[in-house]
Amino acid sequence: MSLSNAVSLPPELLKPHRVRWWGLPLIVVAALVMLPLVVILFSWLTPAPEVWEHLLETEFRRLMINTLSLLLGVGICVAVLGVGLAWLVATCEFPGRRWLDWSLVLPLAIPPYVLAFIFLGVFGYAGPVQTLWRSIVGTGGTFPDIRSTCGVIVVMVLVLYPYVYMLARNAFLSQGRELMDAARLLGASPWRAFWHVALPMARPAIAAGTALALMETLADFGAVSVFNFDTFTTAIYKSWFGFFNLSAAAQLASLLLLVVFLGLWGESKARGRARTYQTPPRIIERFELTGTAKWAATTVCCTVLFVAFVIPIGQLIMWTAGRLQDVDHRYWSLVARTLALGASAATLASLLALLVAFGRRQLKEAPWQRAAVRVASLGYALPGSVLAVGIMLAFAFIDQQLINPLQALLGLPPKQWLLGSLAALILAYIVRFFSVAYGPVQSSLEKIRPSFQEAAHTLGANQWQVLCRVYLPLLRPGLLSAGLLVLVDTMKEMPATLLMRPFGWDTLAVRVYEMTAEGEWERAALPALTLVLISLIPVLSIMRGSRR
Amino acid sequence: MFSLNHNSFMSFIFRVVDVARALPGLSRRLVSFLLMMFIMVGVLSGCSKSSNEEAASVITVYSARKEHLIKPIFELYTKETGIEVQYITDSAGPLLARLKAEGENSPADLFMTVDAGYLWQASNEGVLAAIDSSIIEANVPDSLRSPTLEWTGLSQRARTMVYAKERVQPEELSTYEALADSKWKGRLCLRTSKKVYNQSLVATMIKTMGEAKTEALIRGWVSNLATEPYSNDTKAMEAVAAGQCDVTIVNTYYFGRLKRDVPDLPLALFWPNQNDRGVHVNVSGAGVTRHAKNPEGAKALLEWMTTPAVQSMFAELNQEYPVNPAVKASEEVRSWGDFKADTVNVEAAGSLQAEAIKLMDRAGYH
Repeated sequence: MSLSNAVSLPPELLKPHRVRWWGLPLIVVAALVMLPLVVILFSWLTPAPEVWEHLLETEFRRLMINTLSLLLGVGICVAVLGVGLAWLVATCEFPGRRWLDWSLVLPLAIPPYVLAFIFLGVFGYAGPVQTLWRSIVGTGGTFPDIRSTCGVIVVMVLVLYPYVYMLARNAFLSQGRELMDAARLLGASPWRAFWHVALPMARPAIAAGTALALMETLADFGAVSVFNFDTFTTAIYKSWFGFFNLSAAAQLASLLLLVVFLGLWGESKARGRARTYQTPPRIIERFELTGTAKWAATTVCCTVLFVAFVIPIGQLIMWTAGRLQDVDHRYWSLVARTLALGASAATLASLLALLVAFGRRQLKEAPWQRAAVRVASLGYALPGSVLAVGIMLAFAFIDQQLINPLQALLGLPPKQWLLGSLAALILAYIVRFFSVAYGPVQSSLEKIRPSFQEAAHTLGANQWQVLCRVYLPLLRPGLLSAGLLVLVDTMKEMPATLLMRPFGWDTLAVRVYEMTAEGEWERAALPALTLVLISLIPVLSIMRGSRR
Repeated sequence: MFSLNHNSFMSFIFRVVDVARALPGLSRRLVSFLLMMFIMVGVLSGCSKSSNEEAASVITVYSARKEHLIKPIFELYTKETGIEVQYITDSAGPLLARLKAEGENSPADLFMTVDAGYLWQASNEGVLAAIDSSIIEANVPDSLRSPTLEWTGLSQRARTMVYAKERVQPEELSTYEALADSKWKGRLCLRTSKKVYNQSLVATMIKTMGEAKTEALIRGWVSNLATEPYSNDTKAMEAVAAGQCDVTIVNTYYFGRLKRDVPDLPLALFWPNQNDRGVHVNVSGAGVTRHAKNPEGAKALLEWMTTPAVQSMFAELNQEYPVNPAVKASEEVRSWGDFKADTVNVEAAGSLQAEAIKLMDRAGYH
């Protein structure tokens, strides 16, 4: 669907506006992400044959099968569920659509590890569901084991589908109905119109959402370890905590990176040079569903919402009710710090994403840029703790090799300046979540026709004015999604926070970790519930903002 | 020249106004919320910085023992001595990595873990300092500390068996080894081999029984499993209580916690290997770091934690056993019965940990 170059201006007219430093934000972000990556790649200089030999002999096959089936399952289910729900909500009218529209994003607020331990509690052998089941059919009846590949996939899909849902929904909303109608007029069936018109146009958004979900799956340690489901990531942790071989762990992690790099490369290759642009959204006329279809749509949406959100929240509330004495002064300070960290990371990351995305658009597409963007996106795919260690080692190096000599030169006592500072922690968040912010910004930028900018330039606007007056208003939904996703992700983030936080900067996620690590699920419920509720506020306000 | 600057400044202001104008209603509120949060970061960091730097004699602890188990202890110390203790908590692995990376710059004075294996590893990596302390030597038995006092245990954790009272007679149970017998087929639940407690258990088995015998034994366990290993002790016990299996191996304090939540728990503890080496015990402990900024303070705190009054509090917070033989465990813990503990030095847990993991991988114990 290429509507580009509707208006092409002679290049010399645009020239004066092109400024070289638009490449700078991209270079800064890529360099920041490169720091820990370099540390990880350097691990190959210290070979760890013993660990590798052991892995290849015993575990490797099983780990690969587990990881690949998890990725495949999550990838397919997340795309189908996310796109299906987004399509229903964005283009069809059925009972409850208005509130399902925003509430289907809610599961995003639940960290995967929290949903995992709740599901294990509710659907596990000793949980209420199976106990009830046994009391009905007797001990002979078999119940599907939640601690299986399918169980893990279900949990991951239920927390990750909102990524696809949100982005696809925005894409469908901004497509409007004209093109679908045009296709129908030309004789296409509704399905055909969906497959050949609506879906391809939403592809950047769907791909971005699915990529986020897959990267998070690949990097997940919390949920899979609750299920004792061994993946590549658990092998990384095992090499590190069990064999105390950080370089073997980093080497495994770099393989993970390779997979992600290839995946991102494959996606952009598959897309080729196709670009999709759309007219700005108008009032949407929805397809009115009737009869069974109408109620089926409501039922499907409600079921997803019930399983992914109502059950876990209900369980958390039940657990919290017994532990209200934990709401004390310290609890409020956890809340304040969680919010403060999340908001700063969200602001900085989406600002950077905007500058990078816009900068790329201003520059002629150069190969180094695409490589740099891909590098900058890698942070999200690494297991949090491996990335955290990479960042930590890089910062320690800067402290010791650059800052300490400088301090000595000035006659100051050597002191750690970067590591253990707040700035370092926020930088770590940006490294980790840049691609979360970049995805939505980039995909909503791609939908803006270049002709807008060209028109603005012909009217004498400079680049800043174009950014502020043309792009910013059009990018608002994308930017808000970016900010929201980073905010929520940062608040849920565990390993980097644990490793790099300054003294006293405990967050709700840290608290959840401390409790679950001791197996005290009930006491973890209060911080987990708070985390979920806080995450709901931005989720809801943004959905309200983008509702039509 | 001047006018040019002035112009560019003004255009900057206009840009800011432009940006603000582009964000109507809701987003403007969001932007102001984010700004507020930024200010809060500033304020909060300002507060914590000043409070940290003012106190001259702060002791800094990197702790794998969780906050709710150490905070009361440190608060008591501050109350008694006026010396402030600041800490961060995380798993032992990341903390150890941080200690190593920070090197001489590290602010840490004390490194605290919940497993002897990690303490051994820390001393092996050279981040702990040997100290002289007659107090610790007097308070802690040899098998629960390193010979050079690079680290010392602070509480003991017994890893023993839990069985379903309805379906198992205690006479049927005897040793860890006996759980490999085919009469337990489909009746055993275990926690994952990725948990360090199981690694330490198997490491001490390798130490006393040799590798071949241990491997055969672990294979026996695996073939008796009723279900895939659980991710934690509590879940394994709940499975026994619900009837999925009949016996499992757990740390006693998890049993204590579950018992507190479910008073009519149909489970009981069993102390294995009472006729030979005894029940496997591990320690939670700590050591003074090599580059401690306040080594004297750290040593004093460590010594203080081995003294009787603190020992009972330290152990009681988590229903563990004190390391100081002069101190009794809490009444509830004692109600679980006395037992003979394995006296193999817990250092074996560290030195043989990698062997133990490899062995369990080979045996298919995930």
